[in-house]
Amino acid sequence: MNKLDHIQAETAAFHHAPFNEETFRGDYSFHNSAKGIKRFPYPFEQDHYMYSVNIEPHQPGKPGAITEHAFDIDEHYVAECEDKRMTLEQDAGRYAALPHMMDAQWDFLELTMESLARDYPQYFSLLKDGERWTWHNSVLGISDSFIFGDASTLPMEPFEYMGRQTQGDFVLLDQREGTLFADAGFITSQADWSLAFDIGMSWHEWHGPVPQVDKMGIMDRALKFLMSLQQGKPVRRLNWTMTVNPRLDTSPEHYPEWGPDRLTVTAENAGQKAHLRVELQAMFRLPRSNAILFSIRCYLLSLEDMATQPKWIKRFHRVIRDLHPDLLEYKGIKVYHEPLLQWLAPHDDGAVLSEGAQLD
Amino acid sequence: MSALANKLMITEPDIQTPANTSDQRSQNAGLKVIVQTIREVAEGIREFTLVSADGSALPAFSGGSHIVVSMPSGTRIYRNAYSLLSPPQQRDHYRIAVRLQENSRGGSRFMHQEVKVGMALEVAWPLNLFALSRLARKQVLVAGGIGITPFMSQVQELLRQAQASQSAVLQTAGSKITPPDFELHYAYRSQDHAAYVPELQALLGDRLKCYDQSQGVTLDIRQLLAEQPLGTHVYTCGPEGMVQALLQSADELGWPPAHVHHEEFLAPPVGSPFTIKLASSQQEVQVGADQSMLEALEQAGVDAPYLCRGGACGRCELEVLSTDGTLEHHDHYLSAEEKRAGRKIMPCVSRARCDVIELNF
Repeated sequence: MNKLDHIQAETAAFHHAPFNEETFRGDYSFHNSAKGIKRFPYPFEQDHYMYSVNIEPHQPGKPGAITEHAFDIDEHYVAECEDKRMTLEQDAGRYAALPHMMDAQWDFLELTMESLARDYPQYFSLLKDGERWTWHNSVLGISDSFIFGDASTLPMEPFEYMGRQTQGDFVLLDQREGTLFADAGFITSQADWSLAFDIGMSWHEWHGPVPQVDKMGIMDRALKFLMSLQQGKPVRRLNWTMTVNPRLDTSPEHYPEWGPDRLTVTAENAGQKAHLRVELQAMFRLPRSNAILFSIRCYLLSLEDMATQPKWIKRFHRVIRDLHPDLLEYKGIKVYHEPLLQWLAPHDDGAVLSEGAQLD
Repeated sequence: MSALANKLMITEPDIQTPANTSDQRSQNAGLKVIVQTIREVAEGIREFTLVSADGSALPAFSGGSHIVVSMPSGTRIYRNAYSLLSPPQQRDHYRIAVRLQENSRGGSRFMHQEVKVGMALEVAWPLNLFALSRLARKQVLVAGGIGITPFMSQVQELLRQAQASQSAVLQTAGSKITPPDFELHYAYRSQDHAAYVPELQALLGDRLKCYDQSQGVTLDIRQLLAEQPLGTHVYTCGPEGMVQALLQSADELGWPPAHVHHEEFLAPPVGSPFTIKLASSQQEVQVGADQSMLEALEQAGVDAPYLCRGGACGRCELEVLSTDGTLEHHDHYLSAEEKRAGRKIMPCVSRARCDVIELNF
């Protein structure tokens, strides 16, 4: 147990510094450090937003990048885990797993524990003695010994256990009968969809009803692609939307708590209130269960913070100004589009910007 | 449509990464393994135990998975898929079994004649195209000859599930959690041709039923299916005649198609040589008589997509723009209608009887 002692001794050194004291609700004290701003996954490569299929291998990115590791742990870790805890306390239905998903739950626990312990040894450690595993999370002060594969030796189901200790939302998809079923989920920071509604649904059920027929072809191709996803070759993509106030839990269940916030955006406060919300979505084939893990990691950036990077804020102004009305509606921006533009316009001098999302 | 739907539907089947970048290479990097032991397990069937070259744990997998083994032979690389026989949770070694094919194009001959203990091989990460359904009330496994191989890991998985349920029953004292019942039916030509019978008997006891044709014991597939309770899933792997008979019986007895699972070994059949023309580069690639289209493309340095190399998964699908002959479809992936239409081909097992075929790639 030398390794554990060593880690406990080190705990004091980083207990405060790397993690923000902040909230994702109430006083919304969420904030990004200068480093946090620079590593934000800014998604716009050009001045005009064009929908593109931006799926790519989930390979390690540069040191410090959000893609350096399979699961990114950042300065918001402690606050996000606390926010998950509060959301689950209010609504236990945000975690659900059908009984046949137990192998997938252990796969998830193994993947997250092995990744976190390997990638962040200063925070997490995993010791294995055959099937007896000891997990130590020095940030949250959690330490448990358990028998891998025996759920009765953990304080809760394995998926919930590590879902509470890993940033992001997670869905486990069972593959059978030539399709995928969303048979387990840990959803506490979702942009507007409901686990309670989707659990147990098959691919075509949760995609229906589809108004345009040609979308069926896209869906079938996407399904085929996911069904042949291979272990060891995870993929990822970025998705974006906007959220008013840095709120993780924008679920349909709690719409009355966050929906009306969109009416409070003014030309004066948009810089603090309006946030670009970017999701890093990754998909992994799991080993024992043959299930697919779909992880959704949310990053928030206020426009004020974005404005510290002139290229990003200028481009964002152009993207929002020229966004198709359907997309404005779909992303919930339409109601505050005008004050948003009034805030953004003075930040854009019209200068020609370099291609790509990187900072100059 | 829910937002979850929206998230998932936008993924596209083809990841277009530029060829020969470092990312692409590391993506396609397989597992480096060393042959630890080789033994005969039946007439013409040789078993290989593989351990990882650097001593690290091999990836766990699910019952029914296979690996693709790369076999460098002269200027060619054969890549054949073999089922994993070892228990899925065992991460210190993999076991595969290879039958020497009578008309081997090289793959099984290579494994039998060239591969020695201590040799390094590269294998792909495990892939499962023959997974057990997790909602079955009862599982019936039907193997013919070398078709026993995918069931070796499946029975381990089913036994583990049964044991886990057993201990759950004990813990919850009386609550009714019954593990899915399962049985393995194994038909073979003779004892000499039957691999793993003692091992399976020890594991399965009376869950194993053997049918030794040389002793006149035959498996009546139709009757077997007819006596199964509702909610049963059946899985079969073996000679094509047996698989077809089972599929037909299941269909006639009104089994739901989703409850009937089969895996056939497909090696790319031989044919006549022809030329592939690639529309994007105008490159021309010669396909040899004993070479698959995919192998020919790879040999010419073309980075064509693939996964299972057995005509099952659909990943290598290419669009046919024109041909001056006819397509010979051998895959299990395209529908009969798609095969008739002649616009798509699976180059891992299918070929053309023609001079030139133009592909949209």
